[in-house]
Formats: sequence, C-alpha cells, structure tokens
Amino acid sequence: MATLIDLVETPVRELNQALHTPGGADVWRILNPRGAHAVACGIREGLAVDIEGHVGYYCAGMNQRATVTVHGNAGTGVAENMMSGTVRVRGNASQSAGATGHGGLLAIDGDASARCGISMKGVDIVVGGDVGHMSAFMGQAGRLVVCGDAGDALGDSLYEARIYVRGSVKSLGADCVEKEMRDEHLAELAELLKAAERDEDPADFRRYGSARTLYHFKVDNLTAY
Amino acid sequence: MEPASHGLRESATFDRATIHAIQRAAETGIYDIRGWGAKRRLPHFDDLLLLGASMSRYPLEGYRERCDTDVVLGTRHAKHPLRLSTPVTIAGMSFGALSAQAKEALGRGASEAGTSTTTGDGGMTPEERGHSKHLVYQYLPSRYGMNPDDLRAADAIEVVLGQGAKPGGGGMLLGQKITERVAGMRTLPVGIDQRSACRHPDWTGPDDLAIKILELREITDWEKPIYVKVGATRTYYDVKLAVHAGADVVVVDGMQGGTAATQDVFIEHVGIPTLAALPQAVRALQELGVHREVQLIVSGGIRGGADMAKALALGADAVAIGTAALIALGDNHPKYDAEYRRLGSAAGYFDDYQDGRDPAGISTQDEELAARLDPVDAGRRLANFLRVMTMEAQTLARACGKAHLLHLEPEDLVALTIESAAMARVPLAGTNWIPGAGL
Repeated sequence: MATLIDLVETPVRELNQALHTPGGADVWRILNPRGAHAVACGIREGLAVDIEGHVGYYCAGMNQRATVTVHGNAGTGVAENMMSGTVRVRGNASQSAGATGHGGLLAIDGDASARCGISMKGVDIVVGGDVGHMSAFMGQAGRLVVCGDAGDALGDSLYEARIYVRGSVKSLGADCVEKEMRDEHLAELAELLKAAERDEDPADFRRYGSARTLYHFKVDNLTAY
Repeated sequence: MEPASHGLRESATFDRATIHAIQRAAETGIYDIRGWGAKRRLPHFDDLLLLGASMSRYPLEGYRERCDTDVVLGTRHAKHPLRLSTPVTIAGMSFGALSAQAKEALGRGASEAGTSTTTGDGGMTPEERGHSKHLVYQYLPSRYGMNPDDLRAADAIEVVLGQGAKPGGGGMLLGQKITERVAGMRTLPVGIDQRSACRHPDWTGPDDLAIKILELREITDWEKPIYVKVGATRTYYDVKLAVHAGADVVVVDGMQGGTAATQDVFIEHVGIPTLAALPQAVRALQELGVHREVQLIVSGGIRGGADMAKALALGADAVAIGTAALIALGDNHPKYDAEYRRLGSAAGYFDDYQDGRDPAGISTQDEELAARLDPVDAGRRLANFLRVMTMEAQTLARACGKAHLLHLEPEDLVALTIESAAMARVPLAGTNWIPGAGL
C-alpha cells in the first residue's frame, strides 16, 4: 500500500523531508505535482516513488537508490547528477535531462530536449524518442541511447561516454565520430534497452564516441577551438 | 654595462616583459598559461587610508579593550549558519590544482584560527573534510566529483559562477597534474589536459538559478547556507540577481584573485579590481535592504589585516584569501630559490602552478614534491598568518574606536588617489571630494 501525498495539500518541502527521513514508508504515490520544482530530489534510500502528473525542474535530482517514475512530462534537469537507482519519465523531458549523472538509469519514454546527458559521468540514459542539440556534450562516462533521432552537435567534446542512435544524427559535435559496432556493444545495448523496457533491435543502432584528438591543448587544434 | 647609464632608454610600451612575451609566442606558437592573479598595478586597498580617532572619536585601548572579530554567515535562510571566529576565510582551491597535503594544511590552519576553508573543482577529499571544522563545498559548472553525500557533509555550499582571475572562463588542469587519483575523482582519463566548463550544465540565467538553489536547499533540508560566487565584472547587477536567486551569502572575487592555470591574457585583461567591485556590491545590497542580512565576502588581492579592515569598512562582512594563504603555507619561499631558478623562475616570481613541478609541494601532484609539505607545520604557519591578519585588523579598528571589526565604516576611510576615491566612493584625503558622487 503506497503512502499517498497530494501536493495540492502538502508542500514539496514537507514531501521531500518525509522522503529523506530514515524509517519511513517504502512506497509513495504523489498526486497533483502541477509542475512543481525539486520534487523527490535527494532521496537516499531504495524507495519506490510514483508521481502522477507533470513535474518542473530537477525532479529526482541527485537520486540515490530510489526508483522514481514520472507519469507525465518532466522539466529541466530531471535526475540531474543522479548517482544510482532508476528514474523513469513516461512522457517527454525538457533540457539537460540526466545532466552530470554519475550512475543509475534514466529512462525517458518520449523525447528529450537539448543537452540531454550533458557532462554525464557514468549514468545510463535511454530515450525512446528524439534528443535535442548538444546532447552528451562533454560526456565523460556512461551510455546514452537514442531510439529516435539526434539533433545538432551530438557528443561535442566527448570524453569516454558512449552513444547509440537508432535514427538520424543531424550533425556530430567536435571530436565525436561514428565507431564500429562490435559484439560487446550490441550486448551492452541489448541490456540497456531491456532495462528501459524497450523492444528495439540493437542491430538497428549506430555507435558514436570520442576521436580523442582534443584531449591535449595543442596549437595544431586551433581551428577546432 | 648598465644600459641606462649609457643613455639607453627602455620603452614604456614595449618593456622587457612585453618583448619577452612576443618572442616566446613567436617561438612556441602557444599563449602563456600560468597561475597567480593579475600582476599589473591596479587601484587597491593601498590607495585608501583609515582615519584614526582624535578629538571627535574615542579610540579603544590596545591589548586591553575588546575588539570582537566573530562573524555569522548564512543567516538569511539556512538552519545552520556558519559561526566563524574571524572574518577571513580560505577561498576555493581544488585538490588537483593543489596537493592533498596542501589541502589538508589549509583545513588545519583555518580550523585552528576558527574559520572556514573551501573545496574547489574536483570534489571533496577526506583529508580536507577531516581537518576542516568549517568546510564550504563548491558547486561548479564541471560538477567534477559532485555527489549528494559530500553536499550533506559540507557546512555550506558555494555555487560558483565565476572567479576574479577569469570571469567568463572555465577551468583547466593540464595533463601533468591529472594523476590516477585526480582523474578518478573527476571521472576522466589519466594524463589528459582537462577542461572545466564555463557554464553550468542545467541552468541558464538568474531565474533558473533561483530554482537550482531551491533544489540544493531541498536536497540538504534547508540546513546549509548557500553562497553565490561571482567574478567581479558587472558586480552591481550580479549581486542584485544573486540576492533575487536566494543567496544567503554573496562572494565577489576581484581581478587580483588567483588561479591555478589560466591564460595570462585572460588574467590581466578581464574583470575589474576588487576595490571597484566592493562598493558596487554593497550598494546593491543596501538598495535591496539586505545589507548584513545577506552577507558579503570579498576576495582578490587580500594580503593582510589592513586590506581586511578596509574591505570591512567599505561594507564587506568577511574577506577570503587564496594566494596569501598559499604563501603562508610556503609558496615562493626563498629556501627554494635555486629550484625555482632551475624552472626558469625565482622565489617571489614563481607562478607556474599549472606545471605541476612546484618545489614547495603545494601546486603539484608529484608525490615526492608533495611530500615536502608537512601539513601540520604548514597548517600552523597559516593559522599564525590568520591570527596576525586578525590582530592587525583589530589594531586598526581600535584606533578608529570600534569594538567590533564589523563596526568599521566608510566614514573611517579616505583615498590617496582620484581613481581610488571614485571607485571606493570615499573622499580624497584632505578634501570632501568624492569624484562622481551624486551622478
């Protein structure tokens, strides 16, 4: 039986304090978020939190261990800097989804806007639809899977994050190149798609990564800067 | 032959340093990257003087009558504001730029003197947390090493928008300092030239910042003071926007503020002096009716108790030191002069913090060099320096008749130059003229 919180009656502050307090309920259902910001951010325990509606900025920010599901759309920075656990968005996500995330899985059923996975540091992100421009910008580690199309400058200034795209890529960013899809990549992609509850065929995707030519500041790279 | 004695004349425009810079650029094809802060002469606190007490003011007795120094930072919203014994704090400097020993020494020295130290780009080390009674955790655009456990372990959070040495610039840490430990903390490959972003990845502009601050407060259950740090540029507007965004404390870093690695052209040509920024910040806070409610920390070229007293008199609640703290630890010490010279520098000139070969063991990740710095001894030197700064400021405040350092006020100051009078908005000494007043 889920603990029910209606955000029309309960302030977000009270909700988050309850989610942070050790020894509370394990299963939560949040009603009427109505675009509120910072809903269910900073959770440390393996709670299950279902949010029935649209959320504003930074929902499930810095999540640790919890499974947070947004049954609606999410505003800027959903699951930003998440460390572990799972965050699911059943609708679309605004810009900077999963920004700087260190671990766990962010699964977005719909589209994600610009800068999806920007500066990602180990998080896995699976987007059912398209992603906007500058996605995975300066991505350091982790995997970004795009089942639809990617916008301009995908993977610009990429470090070691890996990107898989099923549809078209409008353009690749500086130092991002298409790479060979080997068996180990097909296997990890299959696992990611399964974890995100998706049934696309890994064989339909292409892989992108860093050419590693900008890892050192050299005068020869002048035109790339 | 001494050239001047034979009538040879050096160009003021093309002086020897300029000629050398052109020659170096022509030979290497790359611009100069260095540490330290702006080296050019700038209007500064030296251009102000304090008016001691006389007929119309009572001074306080030195060594007898109290002149308190305590300051509380973060009183606006935080459940647990920082209570410091002295209004001088240690500015943010990263593990990576500095050795673990240097970070530990900063923590030890600050704690002994009853003040705070600050993390930097690259996250929080156990050495630093363990030895810092009051630790401010920087929230930077790169988010290297950023995690909620460290956020909760901090005593305050500083959202960094920029620094005085390079407002509008990101950071860099060159490959020679990206050791396995540094790389691991930043989730980067070992040995690469690391770039820190110049913009935050998940917010743009002051309205977004307000929501970001709300999130940080929610994650930490409104316990921690939230600082917003800006490099000094459009300070009047930046401070107003930081207050609007919900800052408990605003940190303004002038262009003399230090850096571990930045292009020389950036350090010397972007931003405004600390002296020009501070009165703008105070005016912004006063117009919003939050001066002293939102505390103001000022940094950038603070070198001793006189700078601190003058900054407080102009309306700051505290100052922060970086370069001066490193010098107190042992940076640029004459005992390393021979080694500095082998690196093409000299004691008193060394600024190659980016290079990782610091003989003093401070701005390095080389294990042998870093081991030269004893964190206990260096921490003691820093604590000594912080105490001297505090006592110097007390001496000046007592002379002005003040029973607390924060009672110093602009009325206690005059300026030596027209420029400093205009910037600091205090009268030129011997006159009642404040250039630009009333405009």
